[in-house]
This record gives sequence, C-alpha cells and structure tokens, in this order.
Amino acid sequence: MSTATTTTSRFNTGIYHGKLGMWVFLASEIMFFAGFFGAFIVLRDLNIEVFTASAHQLDKVVATINTAVLIGSSLTMALSHLALERGNEAKFRLFLTITIVCAFAFLGIKSYEYASKFSQDIYPWTNTFFATYFTMTGFHALHVIGGIIPMVWMLGKSLVKGYPQSMHHRVEALGLYWHFVDLVWIFLFPTLYLIF
Amino acid sequence: MEAAVNTVRHEHGEGHTHSESFIRRYIFSTDHKMIAKQFMITAIIFLFIGGAFALFIRWQLAYPGEPIPVIGTMLPSTWVNADGAVTAEWYTQLLTMHGTIMIFAVIIPLLVGTFGNFAIPLMIGADDMAFPVLNMVSFWLFPLASIIMMAGFFVEGGMAAAGWTGYAPLSVIASLGQTLWIVALFLIGFSSILGAVNYITTVLNMRAPGMKMFDLPMTVWSVFITAIIIIIGTPVLAAALSMLFMDNFLQTSFFMPENLTVTGRDMSRTAGGGQPLLWQHLFWFYSHPAVYIMILPGMGVVSDVLATFSRKPLYGYMAMVFAIIAIAFLGILVWGHHMFQSGMNPLLGTTFMVSTMVIAVPSAIKTFNWLGTMWRGQMEFTTPMLNAVAFVSMFVIGGLSGIFMASTPVDVFIHDTYFIVGHIHYVLFGGSLFAVFAGLYYWFPKMSGRMYNERLGKWHFWMTFITFNGTFFPMHILGVGGMMRRIYDPTVYDFLKPFQPMNEFITINAMILGFVQFILVFNFAYSWFYGKKAKRNPWRANSLEWQAPSPPPHGNFDKEVRVYRGPYEFSSPESVQDYLPQNVSPEELAAQWTRHEQRRAQQKSEP
Repeated sequence: MSTATTTTSRFNTGIYHGKLGMWVFLASEIMFFAGFFGAFIVLRDLNIEVFTASAHQLDKVVATINTAVLIGSSLTMALSHLALERGNEAKFRLFLTITIVCAFAFLGIKSYEYASKFSQDIYPWTNTFFATYFTMTGFHALHVIGGIIPMVWMLGKSLVKGYPQSMHHRVEALGLYWHFVDLVWIFLFPTLYLIF
Repeated sequence: MEAAVNTVRHEHGEGHTHSESFIRRYIFSTDHKMIAKQFMITAIIFLFIGGAFALFIRWQLAYPGEPIPVIGTMLPSTWVNADGAVTAEWYTQLLTMHGTIMIFAVIIPLLVGTFGNFAIPLMIGADDMAFPVLNMVSFWLFPLASIIMMAGFFVEGGMAAAGWTGYAPLSVIASLGQTLWIVALFLIGFSSILGAVNYITTVLNMRAPGMKMFDLPMTVWSVFITAIIIIIGTPVLAAALSMLFMDNFLQTSFFMPENLTVTGRDMSRTAGGGQPLLWQHLFWFYSHPAVYIMILPGMGVVSDVLATFSRKPLYGYMAMVFAIIAIAFLGILVWGHHMFQSGMNPLLGTTFMVSTMVIAVPSAIKTFNWLGTMWRGQMEFTTPMLNAVAFVSMFVIGGLSGIFMASTPVDVFIHDTYFIVGHIHYVLFGGSLFAVFAGLYYWFPKMSGRMYNERLGKWHFWMTFITFNGTFFPMHILGVGGMMRRIYDPTVYDFLKPFQPMNEFITINAMILGFVQFILVFNFAYSWFYGKKAKRNPWRANSLEWQAPSPPPHGNFDKEVRVYRGPYEFSSPESVQDYLPQNVSPEELAAQWTRHEQRRAQQKSEP
C-alpha cells in the first residue's frame, strides 16, 4: 500500500471492509432466522395436526410465483454488479431497476397473500402455525424492504450524478445481502408451504 | 486492486487537525475514543441507578416493611406504601430491573462497548474502526433503548416484573412495562450486533503492518472472540424477543400452553399450543453465552494489566488465546444447565452437567497462567493491578461455586436460593466489575491525558473489596440455609428468622459498597480536569496504544506504526529497559544499545 499511515485503506485479509463486515452480519442474520426455525421445529412437533391442516390453507401457486420473482431478482442483482464492475453504467441502471421492480412485486404478492388470509379470518393469533408463518414471512418482508432502500438510493445516485465504477464493491456487498434474503425465502418456501 | 483500494479512503484520510463542531465532536461523534467515553459515562450512570435499585431490595430484606430512610416518603405511592416502605409489586420490578440494567446497560456496555471501542483501534495500530458511522449508530441505540426501558417507570402497571430472565408465560401476560422491556432489549441486541460486526472487521482487516493475529494483546483477542459470541448468540435472543413480543402484544401462542387461565385477563384470543420451555431454551441460548460476553473481555484486560505490572511476559500466551476460544466454544453448548429444575430429561441434564464442568479446564488454564505471570515478578501494586489481582481471586471463588450449581444433584437443593445470587455476584461483580475498574484505571491516563489520584484509587479499591466480600459472601450461607432468591419478606418463614442479623449485615455492607463508588466518580471527574499530566507511556507497557500521544488525537497515531514483536516483551534481555514496545524496530533497538554502551563507557571514564 502506498499510504501506510491511513489504516482505513489497509485490508489485511485482502477483502474490503464492506464485504467482510457484510459476511459477518449475514452470519448473525442466519442465527436470527435459526431462532425462528428452531421454534418452528419445536412447535410443529407439538401440534403436528394443526400445522398440517393450516399449511394446506396456504396458496402454493402464488408462493411459487413469488419464489420465481425473488430468484429472478437475485440474478438481475448479480448482473447489475457485473455491469458496473465492467463500467457499463446504463446496464447497471437497467438491471438494478429490474431488481427493484421484482422486489416490489414480491412485496405486492406477499401483501395479497396476507390480505386473503385476513379475509378468511386467519390472523397470527389463530394458531401456532399462523403465528410462525406471519412472524417468519413478516421478518423476511422487512428484510426485503431493508434491501429496497439502498437499491433505490444507488439508482437515484446513478441517475443524478452517476455511480462511480470504483464503488462497485458497495453494490457487491448489497448483492450479498440480497442473495441472503433470497436464500432465506428458499428455506421458508418449502418449510411453510411444501413439506406438509 | 491497488487502485481501487486507494479510492475508498476514509474522509479523514489526511490531516486530522480540522476543527469539528461541538455536536460532531461530543454528541454524534464517529471517533472511536469519543464513542468509548460515551459508552463509559452512560454505563456509569446506569451503574448508580441499578445500584440504587439493589439497595432498595437490600433495605427491604434487612428491615422488611420499615420505611426507606430519608427518601422513603418522597417516592410515589405506586412504589412505596403510606409509611414509605417498598411494596411487593415494586420489589418485583426492582429485582427485574436491577438484573436487566446491570447486565445489559452496565457490564456489557462497559466491557464490550467501552474497552472494545477504546482499545481495539489503538492496540492494533489503526486510526479508527472499520465502520465509524455504524459505530456511532451502535452507541446511540443504547441510550435510546435505555430510555424506552426506563419509560416503564411512568406507565400503568410499572416496569417489567418478570425477572431479568423474562420467563413465559409470566412475561406474556404482563403489562406495558414488559412490552417496553422487550423492545428495549431488542434494540440493545441490535446495537451489540452492529458493534460486533465492527470489531471483527476491524481486527481482521486493520492491523498495523507486521502485526500477525498472534501479536495481538489479550484484550483485543478477548473482545474479538466475544464479538464472535455476540454474532452467534444475540440474534437468537432477538428472535426469541420477537416471538415474546408477538405473544405479549398480539396474543399469539409461541410460549403459551393450552387452557391457561389468568385472573383478570381476557385469554379468549390466546389459542394455546405453545411451549413455555421454548422461551427458556432460546433465552439461555443467548444468555449463557452472555455470561462469557461479560467475563471474557475482563479476562483479556486483566491479562494485560497483570503482565504490565508484574514486569514479566504473559505466561503461556498461546494457551491463553486457545483457552479463550475453548471457553467461548463450550460456553455456547451449555445453556441447558440453567434449566435443570425446569423439567428436563435427566439424561440431557447429565450431558449439560458434564459439558459445563469441562469449562473448568480452560478456566483453570487461565487462572494458573495468571498466577504464573505474577510468580516472581517485580509486582507494582498500582490501583489497576490491585483490581486485577482481585479479579483473579474473586473469579476463582465465583468459578468454584459455579461447580456446585453445575452438579445436577446439588442444584436440586440450591437452585433459586441466595447461593446462586452469591455466585452470580462473585462472577459479575467480583469478576467483571473488578476487571472494569482495572481497565478504567489502567487506560484513564490514555483516555484523559491525565493521571488519576493513586491514593483515592487505593481507597476506592480496598473499601470496595472489603464491602464486596461482606455483601456477597454471606449470601452463600443464606442460600444453603434455604433463603429463596426472589423472596420479598424473609421474616414470614420461621426457618429464615435466625438469618435476619446476617441479612442486616449484608445490607449495611451493601450500602457502604454503594456509597464508596462515589470515590471513583469523584476521582475520575476531578483528575480529568486537574490531574497530573500523563506521559505517553506512564506504565512502561509494550502495546501500541501507549505509543500514541495521551490523549490520542482524532486519527490516533502521530507516526507510522509497524509491529516487530508480540506485546509482552517485559524484562527481555534483548532490550535496554525492562520493556520493549511492539513497534521498536531492530535498527532502533541496536541504536538504543549503542547509546547505552556509550553512556556506560562515559560513566566509567568519568571517575
């Protein structure tokens, strides 16, 4: 390194702070959802009939569409990072926009699912299955919202004064987070909708 | 990569001397040293609040039903009765909030927040944390959470009253104060996680050139391992608290069994089917590792203090590092030992018993290595050293009484008695808090640029040490005698009446213990402004923080730091003085020797 005195520009591991910190943060996120999955296992074991009957009330078709939307957004997120790394900002904007649209679509479909449950008089306090269902998918949806905010900020910055290619590592760190959100859903989808 | 790396410079890359506004400098500061001081001051305020709660508890136990002296009649009628004595409702709130405040708002912020923030960048030769803004957010979540928690004072039904463990279903059916408690703990957990991400990234990525992981001082190692425990444990508590919040606020049934009836509460929406023990498992999955979150940084600080003031290398540095890793690893596996009497399969109980006792092995490695460090050293009994030695001895007592509880058959008899109250205070006060004192006195010259008053420091130490033992040692006897842990009035039981003089003895000691802490506050407050100016390296220590100016400016070091050796080269035959800082290069050392030889030759030639 040319400037040994400024340690903020030093990376002992060869990985950017943002990327390394994001990996550590994602480790804690795994443990956060592990708490819910642990509770799910215990409660399912205690109330297997209730869980089976309630899980069949969920809409598998809508959830499958939602899964496809979210996995698609993961792909476009990766492509937008790749585009920025190669210096193609127009493509970066395009793929980032698609990612944001997919994220909103996911939330829209999720709200539709929630609304249809509420209309059938099904709420979190109906039984332990729906308590876990609403809590887990609710926290997942909060994570989706938490991803949309920096995406919109990056897109806005890119439109207003351009997003510098040299800051592509920030997009990469956000991408890591977004893939994690996707991955959580990939675990939630079979656990809540398919295994019963 | 090189070009890209250089573009992500910190805004303060060059020239740290620019002036900052008052708010940027003292309130929303991103400087790790200021954040450490903010953590310290907030936590010390809470130390006094939590301590006052303990004294109210002690007053009631020693003199049940008698009015609190002086302030009794001034307190609101929801807390005290017409005479000014503590009511049973307020008593339960007091013991809940005493535990919660001392753990989440005092010990963890002092050990992890203060020492982690202050020591890590300075000890690894970095100019700040990896994420300074995240660091600021991590601090400000803590006062915010504390205000939310203390707001319970002013809501109907008072503060949380389900014990610091918040066991369901009591915590589910509780009033608004409990809901605030849940929200506050969630925020404090989030603050911990953000801090831990920062510590891990900083230690892994920002060490000075030449500094390997095994050149790190024990303080940095211990906070680093603690941060890993936080990353693994705290999110699980957050998940558990989220579920408890759902149960408490939306009447879901994660932790609510079927057909539970509660007088005066509409349970029609509670469907049941939940498992109260699930809360205990999830809670202790975090809160047992939290015990190690509260002791490991103390062990690190004490290791550094002992080596410095014994003028000897830390005995068995590698063993000390691996013992910390072993304690952390085992600590995550043993949460079930808090639940021996909650309804656990005896076979599972045995597993938890054995794994708990295995922790004695790395703990003993640490204890014997501390003794080995002091053995035949040139001991200097300064205030930090006295506190560090007290830590070692009190930690041994706390560790040994822990083995009683870990043995399932003995635990049947002593669980939920004052024996466990004695044990936890020997570990958390005798252990953690003495380590906190050691660290505060040790780094005070670096933090403030001035020396504290040694005489007042010694008075504070000896008064604390004597009254601490006077307060907590008799609790073991009370516990074996059968006095229950959360009892409001021990005199209602005949078999506890003979213990009343002992309860009074404890209370008198506890009051002195509480009031002598003002010596610490006075000493620090006075010395901060009027103390003797501190030199760069007043303790003649080796680690990097002592090579920076006292107090270090924004950006820390005024010269380039490069590391050539480990932090414990005391009394080394290689060095001219009895210490050899990590950043002295071989060339500089050779020059020191040349100067030394010249001086000796000069002295010889001059008769």
